[in-house]
Amino acid sequence: MKYEPVIGLEVHVQLNTKSKMFCSCSTKFGSEPNKNTCPICIGMPGVLPVINKEAVNLTIKTALAMRCNIAPFNRFARKNYFYPDLPKGYQISQYELPLAKGGHIEIVLDGNIKRIGLTRIHMEEDAGKLIHGENLGDKDSSYVDINRAGVPLMEIVSEPDIRSPEEAKEYMTRLKAILEYIEVSDCNMEEGSLRCDANVSVRPVGSKEFGTKAEVKNMNSFRFLQKALEYEIKRQIDTLEEGGKIVQETRLFNPDKGVTVSMRSKEEAHDYRYFPEPDLVPIEIDSRWIEDIRATLPELPDAKRERFVKDYGLPEYDAEVLTTSKAIAGYFEDCIKLYNQPTDRGIQGQAKIISNWVMGEVLRTLKDEGLTIEKYHVTPQMLAGMLKLIDNGTISGKIAKTVFEEMYKTGKSPEDIVKEKGLVQITDESAVIKVIDEVIAENPKEVADYKGGKDKLITFFVGQVMKKSKGKANPQVVNKLLKERLTS
Amino acid sequence: MKLSIKEVEHVAELGRLELTDEEKNRFAEQLSNILTHIEKLNQLDTSNIEPTSHVLPIKNIFRDDAVAQTFGSEGDSLSNAPDKDRGYYKVPKIIEEA
Repeated sequence: MKYEPVIGLEVHVQLNTKSKMFCSCSTKFGSEPNKNTCPICIGMPGVLPVINKEAVNLTIKTALAMRCNIAPFNRFARKNYFYPDLPKGYQISQYELPLAKGGHIEIVLDGNIKRIGLTRIHMEEDAGKLIHGENLGDKDSSYVDINRAGVPLMEIVSEPDIRSPEEAKEYMTRLKAILEYIEVSDCNMEEGSLRCDANVSVRPVGSKEFGTKAEVKNMNSFRFLQKALEYEIKRQIDTLEEGGKIVQETRLFNPDKGVTVSMRSKEEAHDYRYFPEPDLVPIEIDSRWIEDIRATLPELPDAKRERFVKDYGLPEYDAEVLTTSKAIAGYFEDCIKLYNQPTDRGIQGQAKIISNWVMGEVLRTLKDEGLTIEKYHVTPQMLAGMLKLIDNGTISGKIAKTVFEEMYKTGKSPEDIVKEKGLVQITDESAVIKVIDEVIAENPKEVADYKGGKDKLITFFVGQVMKKSKGKANPQVVNKLLKERLTS
Repeated sequence: MKLSIKEVEHVAELGRLELTDEEKNRFAEQLSNILTHIEKLNQLDTSNIEPTSHVLPIKNIFRDDAVAQTFGSEGDSLSNAPDKDRGYYKVPKIIEEA
């Protein structure tokens, strides 16, 4: 039987605030354990939480960017459960009245646009962090750090519209791009600012009903997300094929083994007894508040992608790659502004040249070094400067690769590199003629063959001259002079 | 409304309480009496009344996003902890995987 996977993602996003959701403790990552705590976030009796307005603003901003409907009336609820990382014994969250419903994210796969619907976006607070004994001190104990407890989160829940691990990865990529564009989160997956759980089930192709789902947790990179989903889908299909049944449960992804493992400890007593949080008053969001936030929205990735295609004549693929990150898109546009040469190529021709360099050398070196574009050695000034050196004939396109490599390694300007390394293209005809004459003298047989009618040998001579000049001779000049010397 | 022993056991489990058989029977009866009493509210027609989650007619109480340190010196947050080590609360081992 043929099966299709049905996937929905629950994404937790740490909001970019200085202080916690309900108290004034810092949200700074990597502080000493239990340093960023106060009676409110360690759950002392008699304290009163107060909502951080910025956290609400950022959630509204996200809801607008994802085209959701924003609820005019909001309130928080208590979600009750016992776990050592949860000091109060309940998490303050939103339940039956989330801040936003509906909305969607567009993904592009193989040139097709697909909409993944959003069920809801709600606000909540994070829990603390547990370190297990084998990693610190006594192996029969666990250690609790409350610094993260109370940090503002929003949870973005998708509809079960995702049909493959690739779609899931693309959804996360687009979601992250939007969150970064609107600057509501730093989206650092290693530090846990962006976390993803997946609800996965499989069903026979053509079936309208959903199969029993499992919830997969602990996928803290895009690669792990894809691997975990691939494993889980195969596991479920194999189970069904062998006549087994899928159990509704939570499963942890083990990145070392590449498998998902049943997590039985938390299964019992999933009875959260939600009720309205009595310590917090409701939030009413009116249209004025919404419009104030809407006015702060920047150009979003989809709009930028369309503009890059329209204004710069870029292929869809280039526009997609360049706009995945706001910083890369900014780098690209800075290059365009700085390059801006009065050539017959026009803005579109120039844009494609820059796009090729950014998608090629720039993204490759960034990836190799694990750098972000903000800390990148080769500034837009340097890249544009190098392209100008090609245009005015100082260097050849081939030498440019060497210049780029040097800029990247040393951070020096292209002009300095060309001077220091003696990479200036030889356009002086007498210097080129000298090399050509040497080549002619060294290859009498080829010269005779060429004169005998083997025109194609010209590429051999060009190659020899370029080699002798260490790639510095101007190819157009070489071509022109070679023909002259060979026929004279 | 009659609460079964099984329901009492479930509620005790959620509250991490260990009850003797005698307690389970006693609490089943007491809790049943309380629920029966509360059930009287169901006799009222509340179909046109908004559910009340808060008794005060106030809304939109916020704080600005500013950091303030409330625990001054190091270790304040741990001063009531039954067990601690290296700045952490120390608790019995939590097993995450089965």
